[in-house]
Amino acid sequence: MKGLSAYLIALAALAGLVVLAFAVGRYPISLSEFVGLLLSKMGASHRDLAPNVETVILQVRGPRVLAALLVGASLAAAGTAYQGMFRNPLVSPDILGVSSGAALGAVLAIFLSLGAFLVQMLAFAGGLTAVGLVYWVGSRLRGHDPLLALVLTGVVIGSLLGSMIALLKYLADPYNQLPAITFWLLGSLASIAPRDLAIAAPLALAGLAPMLLLRWRMNLLALPDDEARALGVDTARLRTIVVTAATLMTAAAVAVSGIIGWVGLLIPHAARLLVGPGFGRLLPLAMLLGAAFLLAVDTLCRTLATIEVPPGVLTALIGTPFFLWLFALSRRSW
Amino acid sequence: MRPPVFLFFTVLIHGISFAQLPIVDATGREIRPPSKVERVYAAGPPASMLVFAIAPDRLVGWTRAFRPDEGQFVPPRYAALPELGRLTGRGNTANVEVVLRAKTDLIVDVGSTGATLASLATQVQEQTRIPYALFDGRIESTPATLRALGRLMGDDASAETLAIWYEKELNEARERISRVPAAARPRVYYGRGPAGLQTGGRGSINVEVLEFLGAQNVAAEAHAGLVTVPIEQILLWDPEVVLTTDPDFWRLAWTDARWRAVTAVERKRVFLSPHLPFGWFDFPPGANRLLGIWWAGRLLYPAAFDIDLRAKVSEFHRLFYHQAPTAAQLDAMLGEPGVLPR
Repeated sequence: MKGLSAYLIALAALAGLVVLAFAVGRYPISLSEFVGLLLSKMGASHRDLAPNVETVILQVRGPRVLAALLVGASLAAAGTAYQGMFRNPLVSPDILGVSSGAALGAVLAIFLSLGAFLVQMLAFAGGLTAVGLVYWVGSRLRGHDPLLALVLTGVVIGSLLGSMIALLKYLADPYNQLPAITFWLLGSLASIAPRDLAIAAPLALAGLAPMLLLRWRMNLLALPDDEARALGVDTARLRTIVVTAATLMTAAAVAVSGIIGWVGLLIPHAARLLVGPGFGRLLPLAMLLGAAFLLAVDTLCRTLATIEVPPGVLTALIGTPFFLWLFALSRRSW
Repeated sequence: MRPPVFLFFTVLIHGISFAQLPIVDATGREIRPPSKVERVYAAGPPASMLVFAIAPDRLVGWTRAFRPDEGQFVPPRYAALPELGRLTGRGNTANVEVVLRAKTDLIVDVGSTGATLASLATQVQEQTRIPYALFDGRIESTPATLRALGRLMGDDASAETLAIWYEKELNEARERISRVPAAARPRVYYGRGPAGLQTGGRGSINVEVLEFLGAQNVAAEAHAGLVTVPIEQILLWDPEVVLTTDPDFWRLAWTDARWRAVTAVERKRVFLSPHLPFGWFDFPPGANRLLGIWWAGRLLYPAAFDIDLRAKVSEFHRLFYHQAPTAAQLDAMLGEPGVLPR
């Protein structure tokens, strides 16, 4: 069965990548040290371990690997849901303004010289607020196709938020705040600490869980409203749930990682190529692939050079040719 | 009749030639200042600071208004000068008409002297017909820049006094640094940003103080600009001293488990640069960084830098900001957590 083999391959790739991601990094840790740490954590006799081994594995790589998995899965799931719901292959998770809203929140916090925690909180709140605003305005534009109204409102408000970010960059102190804003907007998993994960993971899972539970019904969202209603499904309500869930996980992801493009656009296409457009099978695979893709990219980001490579740059470098290749490959309608 | 006419022309020619005596700025552009410079617009904070130090009454305004906690360090009438925005190529906020309306005779900028900024200066000069001079902002160039600005503004004497004093301070610092053998120079990491992961490599303007001090910048091999480095790389470098300008990072370094293994944290040698009214260590990249040299020198080489930091700060403030700080202000500046070892 085609779907099953795709799942097995994706799972195996993901497992391999996780092991690899723990094994490599700027700080050299040998396999025996790694195994020694695992054994000591499992209650085996305490062998002499360099104190940095535990710090690097548990405090640095561990949270970063988990964050890459979480952010990758969230962006891919949100992208899959939106591409299905909007019946549009060019849609990515930020179509309703979640990234622009989060970016404005973070930039405002940096501009006001607030601390790192408040930067994350304002980013998360900004993402939710932006989508709330888009949804509210979009649902009040009567006499249009509701999905079209939503997309247009998202684009328009997204660009408004973009101009507000531009204004804050312009007013920011060029020596300190402006570089901080630039670094945030580039996106990075470099500063992930266990605490960040403790906040972001529950929020992202709170979005992922309902989406996974509802995935079999989400195919109906691709139908026109009246047809779905004829089948006894309240599409407006289902849509609200999907948008809320997608926003929750994307906002949580962006709050800790900054903006990382391409994952939410590219991965759903790759998954669809493997298992077809049916949501029930598509969504879990997209999540696996998204997690694996971002983990691979982030592992490259932190190992390629002495300095960090911005993940958005790598996702675009890998994503552009891959996307074009996929597009050339797939003849059937997505 | 003839002698007076002759005299008249002599004076006229002399006057003209004096007014048009060109001065070459750091980009090689010839600047012809008016015979009497009254009002100077400084295009960025490092330039404001030097113009203010040489002739505070000629400064037409600041690029950014003082915040409440900053304004107390300069005499009130100067703290109240208007905010005019900056014009230095990295995100201009000044409106050329505002610069004109301020009846500016001369525009000066101090900092990078690359081709982009030189062409910006030429363009603004052609547009406004106000001479626009650029000077080098490096710490080592500060005495020369002070002298050039003084000549341009017709304030040679006060500029010379400042230049001689600044040179003396730099020489004293150099002499003290030379007493420190290479082996006694600690490995230093300069961390910026809320997580402390941004740093500057060799040649980066952000670590000029560190390079002046001849300290070992662990990130020297990184890119010569501001970059993010992985925390694993910092663990591998294992700096003995960490300096920062970010209070959030300074607090984080003590509580975050990832930093606990760094020698600087173990030895309680993570220090936070003072920032009022202008930062000491990194930004703005101006003459203010002399205080960064004394501060970081004392932290890195305590034996060679057995200086009276309070006196150094007072003297710099008195000469460059025209107001010596009060004892309470000094206490606040140096007593902020992280500024000095306890």
